[in-house]
Amino acid sequence: MATTKEISIGDIGSRVGEGESELQGETMALNVGPSHPTTHGVLRLKMELDGDVVKKCEPVLGYLHRGAEKIAENMTYNQFVPYTDRLDYLAPLSNNVAYAMAVEKLANLEVPERCQAIRVLCCELARISSHLLGVGVYGMDAGAWTVFMFTFTEREKLYTLFEELTGARFTTSYTRIGGVARDIPEGWLGRVLEFCKGVLPVLDQIDKLLTRNRIFMDRTVGIGAISKEDAIAYGLTGPNLRASGVDLDLRKDKPYLGYEKYDFEVPIGTTGDCYDRYLMRAEEIRQSVSIIRQCIDQFPEGAYYAEDAKKIFAPQKAKVLTSMEELIQNFMIVTEGPQVPAGEVYFEAENPKGALGFFVVSKGGGVPYRLKIRGPSFCNLSIIDKLIPGHYLTDITVILGSLDFVMGECDR
Amino acid sequence: MAESDLAQLTERFDYLTERVSSDHLALNCPADKLIELCTALRDEFGYDMLNDVTAVDWDAQSPRFTGFYHFLSTTKHDYLRVAVDCPDDFNPSLPSLAGLFASANWHERETYDLFGIRYEGHPDLTRILMWDSYPYHPLRKDFPLAGIETPLPADDVAEATGASVLPAPMMGGPFTSSGDGPMSQTEPSAKDESWSEKQEKPTD
Repeated sequence: MATTKEISIGDIGSRVGEGESELQGETMALNVGPSHPTTHGVLRLKMELDGDVVKKCEPVLGYLHRGAEKIAENMTYNQFVPYTDRLDYLAPLSNNVAYAMAVEKLANLEVPERCQAIRVLCCELARISSHLLGVGVYGMDAGAWTVFMFTFTEREKLYTLFEELTGARFTTSYTRIGGVARDIPEGWLGRVLEFCKGVLPVLDQIDKLLTRNRIFMDRTVGIGAISKEDAIAYGLTGPNLRASGVDLDLRKDKPYLGYEKYDFEVPIGTTGDCYDRYLMRAEEIRQSVSIIRQCIDQFPEGAYYAEDAKKIFAPQKAKVLTSMEELIQNFMIVTEGPQVPAGEVYFEAENPKGALGFFVVSKGGGVPYRLKIRGPSFCNLSIIDKLIPGHYLTDITVILGSLDFVMGECDR
Repeated sequence: MAESDLAQLTERFDYLTERVSSDHLALNCPADKLIELCTALRDEFGYDMLNDVTAVDWDAQSPRFTGFYHFLSTTKHDYLRVAVDCPDDFNPSLPSLAGLFASANWHERETYDLFGIRYEGHPDLTRILMWDSYPYHPLRKDFPLAGIETPLPADDVAEATGASVLPAPMMGGPFTSSGDGPMSQTEPSAKDESWSEKQEKPTD
C-alpha cells in the first residue's frame, strides 16, 4: 500500500551562494534555472549582479545527462538509433542521419543515390523544423508572441510529414546503418513541395514582423556580439559561427550525401550579435527550401538501402519469410548487430544547431567499443561565461535564445 | 593537402608517428610534447579549431587511457586527429590545452568527469555533467552500465527522504553483455531472472 510521507526541503535557489566567500559591496547572487523558461530546458546559471549588470555568470549543466555514450557501448549499432533522437530533440531526423553516416564511414559503405536524396530531404526538413522553432521562440524571448504562433503552425505541418514518413511525429528513429527504415510513401514528395510553397509566405510574414521591428532590433542589435576569433577559439559551429563572419558550412566545405550537387547559398554574418544570429536562421530556412526543391526535382530511382551490404542492412521482410539465406542474414544482423570492421572514425554533419560529431572506435563486430558524441550545443554554450558578463540581466534571455541550444545534446 | 601536412609534421617533429585511421590524417604524439605540437598546429598549420576532446579506456591494456583530439582547419577544411597515450594507468593525466584553445576548457572537464583523466594546468578542473561530490568516473570500462548506489548530491534532501541514487533496473532493456566472443553466445544482461513460469513474480 502506498503511504504518503511529508518532507520539507529548503529553497534550492537559496543554495546559490553556498561555499563561496561572502559577497562584498552591493553585488547580489542570482540563480536562474535549472527549470526556467529562459534556459530552454534544464540549464542553471549562477550569476553575480551589480545592480542590473551581470558581473559573473557560471553555467551549471548535467541535469539532462543520461549517459548515452555508456549506453552505446552496450548495444548494437542499430539499437542506438532511437537514442540519437534524444540528442537534439528538435531535429531528430538529422541526428539519425549523422549517426548512420558515421558508422557507414567506418564500414566504408556508400549508400545509393535514392537513399542519399531521402536523407538530404530529412536533414533539410529537420533544419526547417529546428530553425522555425529557433526563430519563433527567439521572437517570444524578445517579446514578440505572434511569430511563435506562425512558426508553430508550419511546424505542425512538418510533423505530419514526418509522421507519414517515419511513423512518429517526434522521435523518428528513421535511419538504419546502410539505409533508411522504409521507402518514402506514395505522393509524399508532392506534399513536401506543397509545404515548401506554404512556408515561404510565412517566412515573409515573419520577416515583416521581426526584421525591421523597432523593439526587436533595439533588443538584439549589438547585444551579445561574438568576434570571429572567439567563435573559432570556443569551437562554435553552425549559424552561431557563421553569424560571426566565419565561412564554414560542412555541407559546402566537406560535402556529404551529395550536397555538392545542390546550388545553395551559405549566409554569413558581419557582427556576430544576436540580430545576426536571427538573420542566419531566417535565411537558412529559405536555402533549405531551395535545396528540397532541387532534390525533389531530380529525385533518383533505385533502392533506398545499400543492397550489397549483406552483413549490415537487414534484408526485406518478404524475402526473410520465404528464403533461407535471407532468414539467416536477418537473424545474424538482429542478434549480432551490423558487422563493422575495426577502426577509428570521426564524422561531423552540419546539423541545424551546428556540427554534430560522432567518434566511433570499433574493435570489429556489432557493438561500438566507444562512441563519443560531440554535441554542437555543448560547444556553443561554453562561450556564455565569457559572453554574458557586462550585459544587462534582461539581455540574458535574448542572448540565450539567440544561441539556440538544446540541452538534450549538451548533456547527452 | 593532408599528405603534405603529414610529411611536414613528421619531418619537423620526429617523435610523431602516423596512426592507423579509417578516415582523415591521424597522429600519435607523446604526452609531454602535446603542447608544442598543438601550438604549431594552430599557428603554423592552420588547424585553428579544436572540435572535440575525448578519451578511450582500453580496459586491461597498457597504456590504459588514450586521449583523442580532433582538429578542424577553417581555411583548409581538413580534419586532424591526435592521439596521446596517458603515461600512468592508475593516475592518468595529460597536459591541458585550455590555454591554447578556449573550447578545450569544457571538453577537458567532461573527459575528467567521465574518465578521471587529470588535465595538468587546467584553470578549473571540476566535474561538468555529474555532480561535484560524485565518487566515480562512469565511462571507465570497469564502471557497470546500471551504475553504483551513491548518496544523493544534497545532504539535506538525503536526510529528509532517506533516499540514495540507485542502480538502474536492467530488466527488459535492450542491452547486451559486454563479455568477449560473439553476442549470440553471451547472455543478455537484460534478462529478468527474478521470476519464471515456476516461480511467481515478486510483488513490489
